[in-house]
Amino acid sequence: MSAKLIQGNEAVVYGAIKAGLKFFAGYPITPSTEIAEMCARDLPKVGGVFIQMEDEISSIAACIGASLGGFRAMSATSGPGFSLMQENIGYAIMAEVSVIIVNVQRMGPSTGIATAPSQSDYMQVRWGTHGDHPMVSFAPFSVEECFTEVVRAFYWSERISSVVVLLLDEVVAHMREGIDIDNIKDVVQIPERGPFPEEKEGYRPYRVEIDKGAKLPPLGTGYRFNVTGLVHDELGFPVENPEKTEFLIKRLHNKVDAVEDEITSYDERYTEDAEVIVISYGSVARSSLRAVRELRKNNVRVGFFRPITVWPFPSKRVRELSKNVKNIIVAEMSMGQMVLEVRRSIVENCNVTLIQGIKGELITPDIIYNTVNEVISK
Amino acid sequence: MIGELVKRYLRMDRLPHMWCPGCGHGIALGALLRAFDRVKIDKDRTVILSGIGCASRVVGYLDFSTVHTTHGRALAFATGLRLVRDDVKVIVIMGDGDALAIGGNHFIHACRRNIDITAIVLNNQIYGMTGGQSSPTTPQSMLSTTTPYGNFARAFDFCNLAIGAGATYVARATTYHVSLMTELYASAIKHHGFSFVETFTQCPVNYGRRNKFPDPASMLKYMKDISVPFKVAQNMGSDELQGKIVIGELIKEKEDVELNKVVRERIMKFRGGAQ
Repeated sequence: MSAKLIQGNEAVVYGAIKAGLKFFAGYPITPSTEIAEMCARDLPKVGGVFIQMEDEISSIAACIGASLGGFRAMSATSGPGFSLMQENIGYAIMAEVSVIIVNVQRMGPSTGIATAPSQSDYMQVRWGTHGDHPMVSFAPFSVEECFTEVVRAFYWSERISSVVVLLLDEVVAHMREGIDIDNIKDVVQIPERGPFPEEKEGYRPYRVEIDKGAKLPPLGTGYRFNVTGLVHDELGFPVENPEKTEFLIKRLHNKVDAVEDEITSYDERYTEDAEVIVISYGSVARSSLRAVRELRKNNVRVGFFRPITVWPFPSKRVRELSKNVKNIIVAEMSMGQMVLEVRRSIVENCNVTLIQGIKGELITPDIIYNTVNEVISK
Repeated sequence: MIGELVKRYLRMDRLPHMWCPGCGHGIALGALLRAFDRVKIDKDRTVILSGIGCASRVVGYLDFSTVHTTHGRALAFATGLRLVRDDVKVIVIMGDGDALAIGGNHFIHACRRNIDITAIVLNNQIYGMTGGQSSPTTPQSMLSTTTPYGNFARAFDFCNLAIGAGATYVARATTYHVSLMTELYASAIKHHGFSFVETFTQCPVNYGRRNKFPDPASMLKYMKDISVPFKVAQNMGSDELQGKIVIGELIKEKEDVELNKVVRERIMKFRGGAQ
């Protein structure tokens, strides 16, 4: 096949099917709906199942059920629907069920401007569900990356046995680029679940080391364990033992911490001699890259940094970068959410300037271009 | 007999159970074990899910693949599981608040889809685990901790709701009618399509105590007195049926539109017969 002009949302579906998606449950919501529509059309052709549920709460619940049944499952939504999913996201984290949630960010709060782009769910992704929990999230900035990052989301979701959120924004979801999906290189292979022991009696799916994810065989295959959102023992039965509770909560975090370096990915350009670095993700990073390239033409020593793994935030790298520059500019379509992570990461003598995009429009390259010039001339 | 079934189907190391003395849930669980025996259920190919509440704690005791889900959402979890796993029997056990208040929307849509799941609701007309608040099935004027002046609202008729929403097997029993309950559970499990059995059960501690039922036996006797078998009810007027509950099989339809079957057929069509 040759290159085809496709949408970010479409690329997510192609990537997910490539990654072995077999179940999609969702509820229509702009600007994510195309993902559901395409899954409805294409999943039966690969032996998969699509179902439109009555709301987003049941959509993620059905995905957890399907994943527990042994199949790769995904749902897609936007801010308001993502809020409805939060309780069950926590459940999936606690019960250690692999599920992919695509959140195509739009303006809020509430219904906001349903068709307008935004990046104001950044913190909801991390902290939306209740309780102490880790979170992994990837944010593509191109149509091709929508494909590769959803595959990577499935990979990590299986490896850590937990939820991974693919974080898009309306611009990335709806823009079209020509890509040849059959010839995308370096598509990661997803590990199969298991192997599981032949002796099924008394199998303990949650008996794993302090930095590993649970190993859950498909339900209804002879392993008669229990799955619960309660604090549980190695067999999955509720316990209120303080030591076991502490061990479990630590392990849920440790299993992500242990692979943080491997999970972390970012796109870094022109940073070697940079005096100022622009940090942004998703569609805004496209504007940043354009601005940085234009500034470079004028010999402005400006760098570009784009977290692809937005959670865990690539703090270590940002800290390193902050040692060599006086200024960091963060551009994001919100009042400032990722900027909090940047500020938390940097060394003392580095200044941070925030470009807030709260008009329901993509931050344009000229805004970033001008801000860099202002910061440098100060 | 029941001792044997207990050993066969329950996780002995999880007992004793956490239900209060006089609670009807154990009676319902006993009937369920007898029904399992009657249909010769395959422990390794059956998944039992529940929501949150006293009734939902039953999954912890059953020696199957079990999933204790979030409050009200068990049917949605079960729907996803059943759609990808045509080879397993799926049974969902819920309470009245679980299935009808927070989970009401999922309940009616599961009925509508007619997916092959057996839903058993243990209806004790109260939120037992949180200490006796009113539920959607608490009868009007009855007392609970959140209706201290009597329940203003009317109670849901669970079975009529299920029938209206399109469930293809709907039945009702009470913990007084143990052999009927066993029979209904067995028929529901055998039914292909969405099957629903409402079980009236007693909560002496959080419902009876506040509503002039001096002991569990008086609650069982009350359930006996208000129950009318389905066939008898057919010849009774609505005035006569006021304050009564109809027990037995209320509806049992043919099984031709079960959701999973339709989904499989579509997949088969695309794959030229192979799955």
